[in-house]
Amino acid sequence: MNGGMSVIVRTVSRFVYGLILVFGFYVIMHGHLTPGGGFQGGAVVASAFALLLVAFGAAGLKGRLNAHLLQSLEEVGALAFLALGFLGIGTAFFYNLLANSGSLFGASVPIGPNSGILDSAGTLPLMNWAVGLKVMTGIASIVIVMLIGARKEETE
Amino acid sequence: MNVGNLPFIVSALLVVLGIYTLLFKRNLIKLVIGVSLIETGVNLFLVMLGYRSEGIAPIYTFAPAGERMVLPTPQALTLTSIVIGLATTALLLSFAVFIWRHYGTLDVHKIKELKG
Amino acid sequence: MRKAALFVAFLFVSAFLLLAASSIRPFGAPIVSTMDDYFIANAQREIAANNVVTAIVFDYRGFDTLGEATVLFAAVVGVLTLFRKLREDER
Repeated sequence: MNGGMSVIVRTVSRFVYGLILVFGFYVIMHGHLTPGGGFQGGAVVASAFALLLVAFGAAGLKGRLNAHLLQSLEEVGALAFLALGFLGIGTAFFYNLLANSGSLFGASVPIGPNSGILDSAGTLPLMNWAVGLKVMTGIASIVIVMLIGARKEETE
Repeated sequence: MNVGNLPFIVSALLVVLGIYTLLFKRNLIKLVIGVSLIETGVNLFLVMLGYRSEGIAPIYTFAPAGERMVLPTPQALTLTSIVIGLATTALLLSFAVFIWRHYGTLDVHKIKELKG
Repeated sequence: MRKAALFVAFLFVSAFLLLAASSIRPFGAPIVSTMDDYFIANAQREIAANNVVTAIVFDYRGFDTLGEATVLFAAVVGVLTLFRKLREDER
């Protein structure tokens, strides 16, 4: 895994990595309208990161990886999810304060089949982003640490 | 013996295959695969419990009008179960890497005999 | 001898599981669905979300999602702790 793969694989993966990132962010953002959400989109983005790791090898990405930065981002995502739960504490824990209210993400939705309004559903898109950040950085840091930790002992 | 229950029988078959792998295989990585098979069978069973015949997905965006929807609650529980399965598999594989570093082998019968 | 006894026990367990799966209630006809009918009928009015499954995961049952986020966090911390660099006095 220290060598990476051939020139064709490396060139194509540089191009495909951006497309997978865009698709993953689309799945996270539209979680309240179409199938998907935070967990599914976070897994898609983490698979893009794993593609880079396989194509370039651990030695090729040496200078740009930082497992501690990724773990700090994961903690930020977990704390943001908890803070969004405390937003409506006047009525209940996890009360959806922003739904049907007219402010950020507060539009109302016509009852029955419709064609989807993006700024509806209150705190749901914000929670989707917090959980998506948590899942993508968590899985990426697990993959990096297991790869570098396993290989280093083998070459000693 | 009701053959109309084929989805339930398939998920029970997955659990049976996982139990076979846990009982009769000696490599640690194959045991991790057996645990993952059992979790897959249980998740499939949970989703199959909420199906209504001739139902559509419980989403209102571009939904065809006048159809029944399947039950959405088992799908939400399966989401949680899949993420917990991921966490379990990650920790199991980390322990497997540690055992391989310490003992030099991944055979379950030999790990009991060698002393560290 | 030990392997034969293990194989017989495995046959008993697998027969029990397959027989139970085939004599459960018919596929496609849930018996009780009061809570899910309430969720399907009222999710658009109360939460203004089109996706009923996401509304259940993050709003009606948000506490379970908090527990799941905790499990994921514990797994990441556990893996990062197992592979940390030992200081020289711990080795």
